[in-house]
Amino acid sequence: MTEPSDLLVEETASNAAAPGAEALPPANPVEAGAPARSQWRDVWRQFRSHRGAMVALVLFVSIILFVAIGPWLWTIDPTFVDYRARNQGFSMAHPLGTDQLGRDMLARMMTGGRVSIAVGLVAMSIALTLGSLIGVVSGYFKRLDAPLMRLTELFLALPLLPLLLLMVTLFREPLGQKLGPAGGTFLLIVSAIGVTSWMQTARIVRGDVLGLKEREFILAAKSIGTPAPRMILRHVLPNVISPIMVAATLGIATAIITESALSFLGLGFPPDFPTWGRLLFDAVDQMQQYPWRVILPGAFISLTVLSVNYIGDGLRDAMDPRIRGR
Amino acid sequence: MLTFALRRILLAIPTLLFISLVIFLLLEASPGDPLGEVPLTVPPEVKERMREALGLGQAWYIRYVLWLKQFFWVEPLYWCDQIFGTSFSAGQQRIISFQSRSPVFDVIAQRLPQTLTVVGMSYLLGVLIAIPIGIISAYRQYSWFDQIGTFVSMVGFSLPTFFTGVVFIIIFGIKLQWFPSIYDTTLRVTDWDSFVMQVRQMVMPVTVLALYNAAQISRFMRASMLDNLRQDYVRTARAKGLSERTVVLKHVLRNSLIPVVTVIALGLPVVFGGALITEQVFKVNGIGQLLILAIHANDIPMVMTLTFIFAILIVSFTLIADLLYGVLDPRIRYD
Amino acid sequence: MTLGPTASALALAALPLTALTAPALAERGADGELRVLYWQAPTVLNPYLSTGAKDVDPASMVIEPLAQVAPDGSLTPVLAAEIPSLENGGIAADYSAVTWKLKPGLLWSDGSPVTAEDVKFTAEYCMDPAFGCAVLQEFEGITGAEVLDAQTVRLNFDAPRFAPLQAFVGGRTPILQKAQFAACKGAAGVSCTAQNFGPLGTGPYKVADFRPGDVAQFELNPNYRDAAKPAFARVTVKGGGDAMAAARAVLESAEYDFAWNLQLPPEAVSAMEAAGKGRVVASFGSMVERIDLNQTNPSPELPEGERSTVKHPHPFLTDPAVRKALSMAIDRQIIAELAYGPAGKATCTILPMPEAYAPEAPACLTQDLEGARALLDQAGWVPGPDGIRAKDGTRLALLFQTTVNPVRQDEQALVKQWWSEIGVETELKAVDGASFFGADPGNPDTQTKFYADVEMYTDAYYLPDPASFLSKFTCDRIPTPETQWQGNNTPRFCDAGYDAGITELHATGDLAQRQQFARKLDAQLVGDGNYALPLIHRGMVSAHVNTLSGIVPNGWEGQLWNVADWSRVK
Repeated sequence: MTEPSDLLVEETASNAAAPGAEALPPANPVEAGAPARSQWRDVWRQFRSHRGAMVALVLFVSIILFVAIGPWLWTIDPTFVDYRARNQGFSMAHPLGTDQLGRDMLARMMTGGRVSIAVGLVAMSIALTLGSLIGVVSGYFKRLDAPLMRLTELFLALPLLPLLLLMVTLFREPLGQKLGPAGGTFLLIVSAIGVTSWMQTARIVRGDVLGLKEREFILAAKSIGTPAPRMILRHVLPNVISPIMVAATLGIATAIITESALSFLGLGFPPDFPTWGRLLFDAVDQMQQYPWRVILPGAFISLTVLSVNYIGDGLRDAMDPRIRGR
Repeated sequence: MLTFALRRILLAIPTLLFISLVIFLLLEASPGDPLGEVPLTVPPEVKERMREALGLGQAWYIRYVLWLKQFFWVEPLYWCDQIFGTSFSAGQQRIISFQSRSPVFDVIAQRLPQTLTVVGMSYLLGVLIAIPIGIISAYRQYSWFDQIGTFVSMVGFSLPTFFTGVVFIIIFGIKLQWFPSIYDTTLRVTDWDSFVMQVRQMVMPVTVLALYNAAQISRFMRASMLDNLRQDYVRTARAKGLSERTVVLKHVLRNSLIPVVTVIALGLPVVFGGALITEQVFKVNGIGQLLILAIHANDIPMVMTLTFIFAILIVSFTLIADLLYGVLDPRIRYD
Repeated sequence: MTLGPTASALALAALPLTALTAPALAERGADGELRVLYWQAPTVLNPYLSTGAKDVDPASMVIEPLAQVAPDGSLTPVLAAEIPSLENGGIAADYSAVTWKLKPGLLWSDGSPVTAEDVKFTAEYCMDPAFGCAVLQEFEGITGAEVLDAQTVRLNFDAPRFAPLQAFVGGRTPILQKAQFAACKGAAGVSCTAQNFGPLGTGPYKVADFRPGDVAQFELNPNYRDAAKPAFARVTVKGGGDAMAAARAVLESAEYDFAWNLQLPPEAVSAMEAAGKGRVVASFGSMVERIDLNQTNPSPELPEGERSTVKHPHPFLTDPAVRKALSMAIDRQIIAELAYGPAGKATCTILPMPEAYAPEAPACLTQDLEGARALLDQAGWVPGPDGIRAKDGTRLALLFQTTVNPVRQDEQALVKQWWSEIGVETELKAVDGASFFGADPGNPDTQTKFYADVEMYTDAYYLPDPASFLSKFTCDRIPTPETQWQGNNTPRFCDAGYDAGITELHATGDLAQRQQFARKLDAQLVGDGNYALPLIHRGMVSAHVNTLSGIVPNGWEGQLWNVADWSRVK
C-alpha cells in the first residue's frame, strides 16, 4: 500500500493554505490579517471558476430573496381563508393557485420557505457542530473516545418519537412564554432535530480522525509540540471537511422533512402555519387532482438541497490548495 | 485486536443496561397513555382497572426490573424450551404486549421475515448501486455521469419516501397495474408462480428504499474517493507505473472506505428496525410498522423490547465498524 | 410463521372462478374470497380487551352478542330468541332484572351447543375485578347472572335500571364460549393469547390465522345457523398504510373489495369514485364533532393545580353572549361540505341519533356573522384598535386546541377565520392524538386537563339510549387535580338544574318521557347554553367495489355487522 510520504506538502498545505502566499508565518498579528484576506480572495476566484457552484449560488440567493423579500411584495396573508376561491389554478389574483381552503399558494410558499430554510440551516448547523465536535474529540483523544462513543450509541438507540414528544411536553410552554409562541417553537424544533441527528456525523468524523491521527504529518506536527486545539483546527479539521460537507447537504434535506414530520406529532409550528415539508405532505393525498401543490414544495426543497450541495462542492474544491489553479 | 474486541464486548454489557434504563425512563416520562385509544365514554374507574390489569399499578422500578428479568431470563428459557423440549420457563410470564396481549417476541418473529427481505434487499441493492456510482462519479468528477448522478441522488434524497412511494403506487400500481400496491405478508414461496408473485410485490418498496439508501451512501463514497484521489500517494503510485485500475480500485478505494463503512454499519441495524414510512406506504407491516403502531398505542413492553434489540444491534455494529477500521487502515490501533 | 399450507390457499382462491360461472344464489361459500382493508389493523380479536373498532369489527364476524342495534336504532335479536320487553316478561316489572332466552339449537363453531352457562360465564369473565374488562360499564349495576335453564339466563340488577338492555347488546359485548375461556378468568386473562387471537364463536366465520397488527384470515364456520350463508368462503382482513392508500386499493385498482374508515378530502374521494370501480358509503351513528368551551380559566399565569379548575372562572367564556356569538359565527354547512363531504352533516345537537332524541328545530345551521357582532356589541365587547374585541381590559383571544389530523386542521383554519371576522383572536394548537386522549396527569396537553380555552374532538355513545352519555356533564364529573384530572365533564359545565334533570332521566322508564328529558338536557347544554358547540354529525365512511353487494350502513354496529349477507354480483 502506498501512503502519503511527503508530509511536508501536507503540512504546508493545511497550514498556510495558499501556495504562493507568504511561506513564513507572519511576525505579528496585525500582519496576520493580510494573507488571510488574500487567501479568501483566492478561494473566491477559484470558486467563481466552478460553473456548477456559481449557478447554485445564484439559485440559492434567489431562493433566499424569494422567501425573505417576497412576503414584503406579495402581501396576502398566507393563513387567510377564502373558501369561495378554493382549489384554483394559476391566475393573476393567485399566481400559484390556492389550496383546499382558498389560501394563496404563493404566499404560503414564501412564508413556508422562510421557516423551512431557517430550520434546515440552523438544525443542520447544530447537528454538524455537535457531530464534528464529538467526532473529532473522541477520535483524537483516546481517553474520551469510549465515553463519547457510548453516548453516541445511546443516542442512536433512543426511540425518536417518544423522545420528541417528551421534549415538547416539557419545554413547549416555558419556551413559548419566554420567546413567544413562534420563537419558542423554532428553538424547540431546531434543537430537537439537531440533538437527534448528530450521531452519524460524529461516527464518520471519528472514523476519519482515527486514520488521520496516525498519518505522518500529524505525528510530525505533534513531535514539534503543537498544542491540541491548534492541531485539531489546523491539521485535523481541514482534512475531514469532505464528509462533513456531505453530511451538511444531506442534513438540510433531512431537517426540512423532519420538521414536517414533527408537525404531525403536534410538535411543530401552529397547525395553520405553512412550511415546505408540510405543504408537500398535505398535498400528497390529492396529487392526482392538484399535481402543482406537490410539485412546487417538492421542487423548492430539492432545489435548495441541490444548490447547497453544489455550493459545498465548489467551496471544497476552492479551499483545497492542491487543485486550486488547475 | 482480540483483547480490544473482548474488552469492548465486556464494556457493552453495562452500556446496554444503562441504555435500557434510559429508554425505559424515557418511555415512562413521555406523555402518551396506553389507554389513550379507549373511548371517552369509558368511565375513569374502568380505565383505572384496565391500567392495573396491564401491570401499570406498580412503581416504575419494579416494572423495569421485571422487564429485565423477562428479557434476559424468561425469554431465553422459553426459546431453550422450544428448541430442546424442556420446560424451564413453565409458569413464568413472558413479555406481553399491551395492545395484543400476546408475547412480544412472537409478534416480532412474525414481522421479521418481511422486514429482512424487503429492507435487507433494498439495503443490499442500495450499497451495490452506490459504491460503483460513488467511485465513477469521483473518478470522472464533473463528467456527465457525475452531474446526473449528483442530481438524481440529491433529488432522491430530498424527496421523502412518503412522496416517492405514493408516486410509484399511482404510476405502477394503479395506472399501469404492473405491481400490487399492497404487500401480502401471508404469501409463501413454494413454487415458481409464488416466487414471481413475491418478486412483483417486492419491486416497488425495494426500489424506493434502495434509491434513498443509494443516494446517501454514494455521496459519502464520492466525497471520500475525491479526497483520496488528490493525495500524493496516488501520484506516487501512478509514477511507479501501477495500472490505473490497481491505483483506483486497490489503493484509493481501500483508503476511502472508512466513512462508507461507518455509514453502512449504522445503516444495518436499521435493516432490522425496518423502514417506518416505506413499510407503511406499501403495507409491508414489518418491524418498522410494528414499532410505529406500538409507539402510537404506547405499548411500552413492545417499544421497550424493540428499541432494546435495536440498541444491541447498534452496539454490535459500531464494534464491527471499529474492527473494520483497523483492517482497512492498519495504522489505526486500539490498545 | 404459523400460516398453513399456501398450496391449499391458492386452491381455494382458484375456487370462485369455477363456482361463479354457475348462478350462485344463496349458496354457502360460493363467492370465494372477500378481501377487506382495515388500515388500522386489528391487534386482538377479543372486544373485552379492546373496544377499538379495528378490533371489534373483525371479531364481530366470529363472536356474536344476544342482540344488536339495527341502523334505525331499534334492537334485533341475534343469539336471543326475542328482545326482552315488559310485555313478554323479559324485563321485570320493577326493572330489576332482564331475562334473555337463547335461540334453540345454536352451536359453537366446534360443534358444541351454546347454553345459558356461556352467557353467565361471559358476564362473570368481564366483571372479574382482577381482569380489567374494557366494556365493564355495560355491566354496571349487574349483581349476577342466573341460569334458569339451558336456554334462559337472568341478569339481576342492584337497583331498578330503566334502560336495562345494555350488556350483550351490540358487537362490543359478545358471548364467549365458557369451555374455551374458563382458564382465562381474572388476572390469567392476560396470558390467554391463543383464546384472544382465536375465539370460538357462533358467527358466520371462524379464525384461520391471526397476525396482530397485520392480517387476519377467516374461514367458513360449518355450524353457522343459516345454512345458506355466508356467500364468501374466506375473508382476509389486511391492515397497514393509511386511509388514502386503502381508498385507492378499492376504488382505483380494485385490489381489495372493501375498505374501512376513510376520512379523506371530499374531492379526492369523489374523483376516485368517478373511476367507476367502486362506491363510498357512510353510516351514521352517534358520533359528533364538537368544540368544548372551557368554563374555567386555563391561563398559564395561574399557579399549577389551579389552572382550569372551578376556582377561577373563565374571563369571558362564562358570558352567554360570547358563547352564543362564537356559535353563530360558525358556518357548519361549509365545514361539512369542505372538510367532510359524504362523511359528515352539519348538526346542532350532541344527540343526533336516534332521531326521536334530536331537537325538532335545529337553530344553529345558518351562519349569522352580523348577528354575532351585534350580540357582542350589546354585551359590551367592543373592537379595539387591532380589531379584537375587549371589555374592561379583557381581550377576546382564544387558544384553540385539537388533535393532529388534516381534516381537523382545516376545520381549525375555517373557524379561526370566522371568529376573526367577529373580532375574536384565535391561536391554533394541534396535539398528537395519543397524547391528547391520554390520562397522564403530568401531561399538559390532555383533553381532560384542558389547558386551552376551547378544544375540538369527536364524542360518541354506543347504545341508542343516551342517558349515561348525558350523565357525564354533571358537576361531580368535572376533572380536577385531586382526581388526577379524571372525569369526562371537559367543559367544566355545572348547573344544578341539569344535574336534577339527569336524576329525573335515570328514574323514568317511559320511552317518550325519556326522549323528552334528553332533549331538554341537550338544549340546556348545547342548544341554548352553548357550553359545547356541536359542529358535525360524523359518519363512518367505507368504500366497496361495485361487485360487492349486501352492504347496509349501520352507525351503531361495526362495518362488518352483516357480513353474512354480503355477496358478489356479476
